[in-house]
Amino acid sequence: MISQKKEVQTFVAKLLRTDRLGAEEIFNAVQEQGSMPQTVDQLILPALETIGQGWEKGTVALAQVYMSSRICEELMIHVPLSTALQHPGYPRMAIAVLDDYHLLGKIIVSACLRASGYAFQDYGRVTSQELACKIKNDSIEIILVSALMLRSALQIKEVKRLLVEAGSPTRIVVGGAPFRFDPLLWKEVGADAMGANAAEALSAISSCIKTM
Amino acid sequence: MVVGNKKSAMTSMERVLTSLAHKEPDRVPFSLMLTVHGARELGLSIKEYFSKAEYVVEGQLRMLKKYRHDCVNPFCAAAMAVEAFGGEVLWFEDGSPNSGEPIITTETDILSLQVPEIESSPSLVRMLKIIEMLKEKVGEEVPIMGVVVSPFSLPVMQMGFSSYIELMHERPALFNRLMQVNQEFCIAWANTQILAGATAICYFDALLSPSITAGAHLETGFKIAQDTLARINSPSVIHMATAATLPVVEEVIAAGASVIGVGILDDLAKLKATCQGRLTILGNLNGIAMRRWTPQQVEKKVKEVIAQAAPGGGFILADNGEIPWQVGEEVLTALSVAAHKWGRYPVCCQMG
Repeated sequence: MISQKKEVQTFVAKLLRTDRLGAEEIFNAVQEQGSMPQTVDQLILPALETIGQGWEKGTVALAQVYMSSRICEELMIHVPLSTALQHPGYPRMAIAVLDDYHLLGKIIVSACLRASGYAFQDYGRVTSQELACKIKNDSIEIILVSALMLRSALQIKEVKRLLVEAGSPTRIVVGGAPFRFDPLLWKEVGADAMGANAAEALSAISSCIKTM
Repeated sequence: MVVGNKKSAMTSMERVLTSLAHKEPDRVPFSLMLTVHGARELGLSIKEYFSKAEYVVEGQLRMLKKYRHDCVNPFCAAAMAVEAFGGEVLWFEDGSPNSGEPIITTETDILSLQVPEIESSPSLVRMLKIIEMLKEKVGEEVPIMGVVVSPFSLPVMQMGFSSYIELMHERPALFNRLMQVNQEFCIAWANTQILAGATAICYFDALLSPSITAGAHLETGFKIAQDTLARINSPSVIHMATAATLPVVEEVIAAGASVIGVGILDDLAKLKATCQGRLTILGNLNGIAMRRWTPQQVEKKVKEVIAQAAPGGGFILADNGEIPWQVGEEVLTALSVAAHKWGRYPVCCQMG
């Protein structure tokens, strides 16, 4: 366990320095010792969680969170699909940004999801009506929604209303600045969970899966 | 109960300048960054409101009277700066305008980027007219806060945040080229606002926070801020929107700013101790959460913030950025009442 922790720490340090080659060396070494699910569970996820916590504590910058998640995503891209992580009880998931061109949050969470072995649909920038429609058409079970402005965060209420009207049981996980600044907002808009960072979004997905 | 000598009423300008000199004015200066709310005052849509300088001026003057705060804001939207470069502004019925699709998508876009002429941008010309008209109305009695988006933060709207982070880390030559163009535009735009009558310039730069940018890039951002502010002919506020500021107070002072705009992520008491006598604090009411505050919560929050940061001057009570459309008149009125009630100096006696 000690060696695993050390590997994660070294991996995190290399990610934070945007040292792609250094991160790849550790990734390959861990992968050679075990299976891909083990690499994800023992290296990628703990590293992304550590980085997310660092951002919450103010020791890691958002730019570092972004570059780290992109590097992890790139590392996973080289893994053949047949060996990609298979999550038990895999839900149909999608991610979207409501009515905004500021996509950083969605990109970071998407990268972390891919790096963690999840498959999902990326709906990009959508309105609340478009989102509800896509969720219904694709039978999405968990939707992750990123919002930068308060006005777009509040539009999740409309998404929820449309889903309830259609009898859809889709779980809504939200994230973004307005939810960080108003801790009651996610409940107000009818979300099922809030992720303050990408690692929390992953935890929120796990929680949703357990209660589905 | 008020203890101590009651000071005679000052004008807003005298109040703000006294606080900036780290002395105690008659009461704590109070500034609400109200932009879209003027539309509500005039019964107009947000897009219509910003279409004429006369509307914005009327809106600002009505809010000045209604909320009795100490500053007027000619600022319309950050997206205006990108519009000057050829970008799109997105309008909403229930919120501030936002920038549209990124205008920089290729290396060539950066290499061919030119500093836009201010007079050829209708939005910028309109904002200059707003400043001129406000100046005619308020003269030297009320500060007029000009606004620029920093050269270092503007690319977030010009090319999207993720592409910009990658540019910073991977394409230093292109990054430098973009900074040169943005810096020249920023300086020209700031100084034109000063010539039109703005009292000071608020330099919006969320990327100067270590919660957003790290290491060498953060140093670069402050170097750009220092070089830019040195060429802006007025006092300046460095505002990092809602991002954390405490770890970079020394850098903000070194960059030449007189005021730092702070959000709720920082410990206000620690900030005050760090800035005391050197840098005026502008903040730090939570603009997002205040939407649901009751008058009692408003009063409690205002008292708490004043107790932490107002003693000795060097403090302007404010929100932490732009107040959202969804914050209602009741909250804004309660903020005004509380600021006037609890902001009278000496505040330490009132807090008990």
